[in-house]
Amino acid sequence: MVEIEIDGKTLQVEDGSTVIEAAHKLGTYIPHFCYHKKLSIAANCRMCLVQVEKAPKPMPACATIVTNGMKVFTHSDLAIKAQKAVMEFLLINHPLDCPICDQGGECQLQDLAVGYGDSASKYEEEKRVVPDKDLGPLVSTDMTRCINCTRCIRFTAEIAGFMELGQSYRGERAEVMPFIGKTVDTELSGNIIDLCPVGALTSKPFRFAARTWELSRRKSVSPHDALGSNLIVQTKHDRVMRVLPLENEDINECWISDKDRFSYQGLNGADRLTKPMVKQGGEWKEVDWNVALDYAAHALRDVAKNHGGSAIGGLLSPHATLEEMFLAQKLLRGLGSENIDFRLRHTDFSGDGKRVGIPSLGMKIADISRLDRVLVVGSFLRKDHPLIAQRLRQSAKKGAEVSVLHSADDDLLIKLKACVFAAPSQLPAQFGQVAKAVCTIKSVAVPHFLGELVVSPEAQTIAESLVSGSNVGVLLGNFAQQHPQAAMLHALGRLVSKTLGGRLGFLGEAANSVGGYVAGAIPGTTGLNAAAMLADSRQAYVVLGAEPELDCANGAQALAALAKAAVTVVLTPFKSQAMLDYAAVLLPTTPFSETSGTFVNTEGRAQSFYAAAKPLGDARPAWKVLRVLGNLLDQSGFDYNSSEDVRTEALGGNPEFVAGLDNAVDGVVMKLAPTASGIERVSDVPIHFADPLVRRSLALQMAADSAAPAARMSAAMLAKLGVAAGADVRVGAGGTAIVLPAQLDAGLPDGTVRIAAAHASTVALGPLFANLTVEKA
Amino acid sequence: MNNDYEKLSPEALRRIDREVAKYPADQTQSAVMAALVIAQDEKGWLPKETIAAVANYLGMAPMAAYEVASFYNMYDLHPVGKYKITVCTNLPCALSGGVHAADYVKTKLGIDFNETTADGKFTLKEGECMGACGDAPVMLVNNKRMCSFMLPDEIDKLLAECK
Amino acid sequence: MALIDTINPLLTTGWAKGDAGWSLKDYEARGGYKQLRRVLESRMSQDDLIAEVKKSVLRGRGGAGFPTGLKWSFMPKAAPVKYVVCNTDEGEPGTFKDRDLMRFDPHSVIEGMIIAGYAVGAKAGYNYIHGEIFEAYQRFEEALDQARAAGYLGDNILGSGFSFDLFAHHGWGAYICGEETGLLESIEGKKGQPRYKPPFPANFGLYGKPTTINNTETFAAIPFILGMGGEAYLNLGKPNNGGTKLFSVSGHVNRPGNFEVPMGTPFAKLLEMAGGMRGGRKLKAVIPGGSSAPVLPANVIMDCTMDYDSIAKAGSMLGSGAVIVMDETVCMVKALERLSYFYYEESCGQCTPCREGSGWLYRVVHRIEHGEGRPEDLDLLNRVTDNMMGKTICALADAAAFPVRSFIKHFQSEFEYHIENKKCLVDPEVQRMGSGFFKAGNV
Repeated sequence: MVEIEIDGKTLQVEDGSTVIEAAHKLGTYIPHFCYHKKLSIAANCRMCLVQVEKAPKPMPACATIVTNGMKVFTHSDLAIKAQKAVMEFLLINHPLDCPICDQGGECQLQDLAVGYGDSASKYEEEKRVVPDKDLGPLVSTDMTRCINCTRCIRFTAEIAGFMELGQSYRGERAEVMPFIGKTVDTELSGNIIDLCPVGALTSKPFRFAARTWELSRRKSVSPHDALGSNLIVQTKHDRVMRVLPLENEDINECWISDKDRFSYQGLNGADRLTKPMVKQGGEWKEVDWNVALDYAAHALRDVAKNHGGSAIGGLLSPHATLEEMFLAQKLLRGLGSENIDFRLRHTDFSGDGKRVGIPSLGMKIADISRLDRVLVVGSFLRKDHPLIAQRLRQSAKKGAEVSVLHSADDDLLIKLKACVFAAPSQLPAQFGQVAKAVCTIKSVAVPHFLGELVVSPEAQTIAESLVSGSNVGVLLGNFAQQHPQAAMLHALGRLVSKTLGGRLGFLGEAANSVGGYVAGAIPGTTGLNAAAMLADSRQAYVVLGAEPELDCANGAQALAALAKAAVTVVLTPFKSQAMLDYAAVLLPTTPFSETSGTFVNTEGRAQSFYAAAKPLGDARPAWKVLRVLGNLLDQSGFDYNSSEDVRTEALGGNPEFVAGLDNAVDGVVMKLAPTASGIERVSDVPIHFADPLVRRSLALQMAADSAAPAARMSAAMLAKLGVAAGADVRVGAGGTAIVLPAQLDAGLPDGTVRIAAAHASTVALGPLFANLTVEKA
Repeated sequence: MNNDYEKLSPEALRRIDREVAKYPADQTQSAVMAALVIAQDEKGWLPKETIAAVANYLGMAPMAAYEVASFYNMYDLHPVGKYKITVCTNLPCALSGGVHAADYVKTKLGIDFNETTADGKFTLKEGECMGACGDAPVMLVNNKRMCSFMLPDEIDKLLAECK
Repeated sequence: MALIDTINPLLTTGWAKGDAGWSLKDYEARGGYKQLRRVLESRMSQDDLIAEVKKSVLRGRGGAGFPTGLKWSFMPKAAPVKYVVCNTDEGEPGTFKDRDLMRFDPHSVIEGMIIAGYAVGAKAGYNYIHGEIFEAYQRFEEALDQARAAGYLGDNILGSGFSFDLFAHHGWGAYICGEETGLLESIEGKKGQPRYKPPFPANFGLYGKPTTINNTETFAAIPFILGMGGEAYLNLGKPNNGGTKLFSVSGHVNRPGNFEVPMGTPFAKLLEMAGGMRGGRKLKAVIPGGSSAPVLPANVIMDCTMDYDSIAKAGSMLGSGAVIVMDETVCMVKALERLSYFYYEESCGQCTPCREGSGWLYRVVHRIEHGEGRPEDLDLLNRVTDNMMGKTICALADAAAFPVRSFIKHFQSEFEYHIENKKCLVDPEVQRMGSGFFKAGNV
């Protein structure tokens, strides 16, 4: 610690701190543009010049390291003169177009110009004009306003992991731009809008939509991935106009993914369901709520009465709130059904009954940044967990060793220590090799089921890396959890982490992947899981917030089962043609922005939020709809006054972190000999296809991450099939076939073809994991 | 000339490898300046495809290579004539006729700075200090050949030599 | 080839044969690599070596004049990887000595760098060569090949156990890379945008490793210093200004070229060596240390001796020893316009005051030169320079400001004349003939 004095106030700060950090600690504001606590120091804007005792020249507070006894003056004549000088330079080429600038009202330059600028400029030469850039559908540019602080450049290179932006040319002609003809495509790109201190980079979907001071602000929580990013939802006249990150260092830091930021467009989409609808005589009719609720209650009661409760199945979206899932399972159980599941994309349920507790991250999100050795198994990490990938990216830069075991070598933009890529059916055996090597190095008895495995050099490298760490994490991704041998992967993860005294973590698939377990949204011992209740179709289904054809592991099968059912009650914010085909009643519920509720994120943190806007049309929060249904069905215990009541019952109180988390597992039958042969499907759930809301964001659907699915394969596979990249191939599975363009993906193991799921064009292909036939079309 | 802008010739790659070898194994980006020069020599200028190819070869972001290509002023981001003549007009040269030499060339070729003759033979550029002020006026032909004491007779000779 | 004239030739000993005397054979014949051999064979201690250099009071020849031995002593002893870097990015208008060193005596630089590598414990070095002097780069590459083949570079040099290799890095047109940290960035394959200091290169240099950077001429002087001893070298010059120095004389003289003279030689003597004023015209002003140094009017410079202290006392800088001589045919506004354009063109664009200010300065001077000046413009220029100076990462903003301030200071009436009369004080036809480009019968 060193002691320094700023404007006469003394304080102790850590060695190596900068003057600006020390000043912030003291609550002293030093004007700045290029400085950002999460980015490297550029010291280029020069706005933060301050006077330091004994220094002949003003010093940049962002880059000046404190020394013991240092005296800093942030408002002395020297400092103010320097700051004013810099402000004048910043303004000479900056357009004075604040009235038409989207940044107006939240512009650092505007704010500081009030304090440090002159009323008139002495600059009478021609002002600079800089051509705008096309950064894609999300970020709008007005490059003449750019002050070259390079925050956006540093963000792409340092946080997002790939230098998509740069500063070309030099001197006065310096311009921030992407590589010629390229856009900004990472899943975190929208953060450059927040970082831009002026109106050079603004939100394209929000462009000219509102002035910032017209907006109401509400705290909220992301309904998408399992991180539970904290959000600020901004509304005007009860319409969500914009979503921004709410800083929470323990969760999303100061970032959010593009999915979190721009999915709100779907909230106001044309296919919002705003009136209850009932199908009568094959015709859809908009009806009053009481009619629809009566209809639904009667239909479910009839099925239960005539066929037993087990004839009803409940498919709950893992993006539904804790309260919604809790009430839905309570309602279904009240009807006598144990067929309840939210794990819609899972294919292996053999771990049910063997898990010791609720699977979760197994550590705090912030702890991820403290792991020094990490093995990520079965994960499209960057797209499934953008900000967890970001944390690991920073760790890797600081020396943490990150290894990957997966079926696709997507560029994680993380420096990897080692990696193994194998066909899906090979993953358990490959993981087994790592486990065996770990046991061997640690001189722990090698379990018999690993006995026959031959450890590859790559597996050995991963094992050696893990063993050399002091804080090891094994992280199972969405793909591992959706895998047909998910329980085995779980058990292997447990073995490795336990042997190393490390941690095993599940990277939750969705906003409420932990909450679903907490809410009891899984089948009881006599019930059918998500896959089983679709394989063996039910008389009736209750669907909560999901589009089963896109959100289930086997969309084709789900559609068939729903079509066969006598009654399907859908609680949904959106309507789709598929729903109109299979459903009997559509109950318009509200998305996260129009309801209060709770998401339990991947670390088990229960985060509640309020509605940011009033429900659209006649839509109502699903928890209220379920409460009324419970009442109509004469079920007891449905007399809640608020969603908080529901939460209190579901959580047994109001804890910050939910109870019952445990990633231990016991008694999984281990058979690691790979069985499959032929061509295997590798299916990813692309980031912008993953849930009903994001699928409806027009801007996101135009982004690079929303490319239509193709049949991706290695060069060797293309050669084997005799097709050129771009040519159509016919891909078949289980008797149906679809035609897709072949696409080269050098990151895929031979014997695999990658076909994205959750897209209308690939629903017909069926299961996420399957053997395929592939031929020239 | 190789017009496949995305591909560098084996000879160019060999020369780039030689540059890469000058630097520590994990610092291949250090060779980007030399690699871009080699690429420019081969293609005549630096189309974006070529810059991307150099970046990919060296394992760096294309934008990082573009920053370099646009920062240093002897890289040509647009096509130039067969002979690019750069005249230093900075003060020490100007005192000994640098500006007049440039004017002389402009008149002779009928082009201004940053222009190329209609036959594609000459491009004229204004240069900054070349570190040869004692030889003023100086001109640089195609970045690599320094011509000293460029008085009218010398300029005439040079232009005649450029076939 | 530049003309050479020397008093007590030292650095320029090998230049006599011009392009024919640069090879290893020639260098060895005049005693080259003897000092390296002596250092290695005697296993001279690093401390003794640095002490000898300190004794010589050799001051950095690139412009800043920092004592070389002291700089070397800043290198952390324990660091496992260190570098020596030579700054041959000679782009300061008026400076052209390093080009001749590269062309006529590259081995002296190589020997100096190897010895420096030994002194600071570096195993590798780079010489960053100005983009526009390709022939010099080629020459240096050839010289490196010769030195490597002869065992002066590479592993276990001369059986001493000391290993050192040296490489040439060719610039490609950016004045700012002459700034040492911009130069390091450039070697790393980036834009040459200077780094904020501290940390200084001695702690965080090339690839983040401790690095010593010196000018070409500085390294070239090392073998000579060891040859004659630090004290003898110091005594060639004057106290606190050791040795001889190369001066690049350009502009309105009869024999522009490089001249090696002892520190402290009167300017008048240097001017005489350069053949005196072209056409016998009257001296008007001199920029004594490269374009960034404040200009001095004739009466002031004629009283100066050529050393750091004397020039500093006169209100300018010795800089890199680039002496730009201007006679009475020069319009000072036009001269300043060109210099201001240079800094505007070469600003790296990083820091706000320089990126925005250098263009502002140029535009205002341009206006004045083109008859659109306003009475308040001189105050404006002084205010803008004041706002630029000392507020940026590197000294380029100051370098852009110094000429503006000094030109206005010493030639204010000429600027005022320009503003008032919307034309040059010096007749355009006089200016035209001053360059010497147009001779009888020409054009």
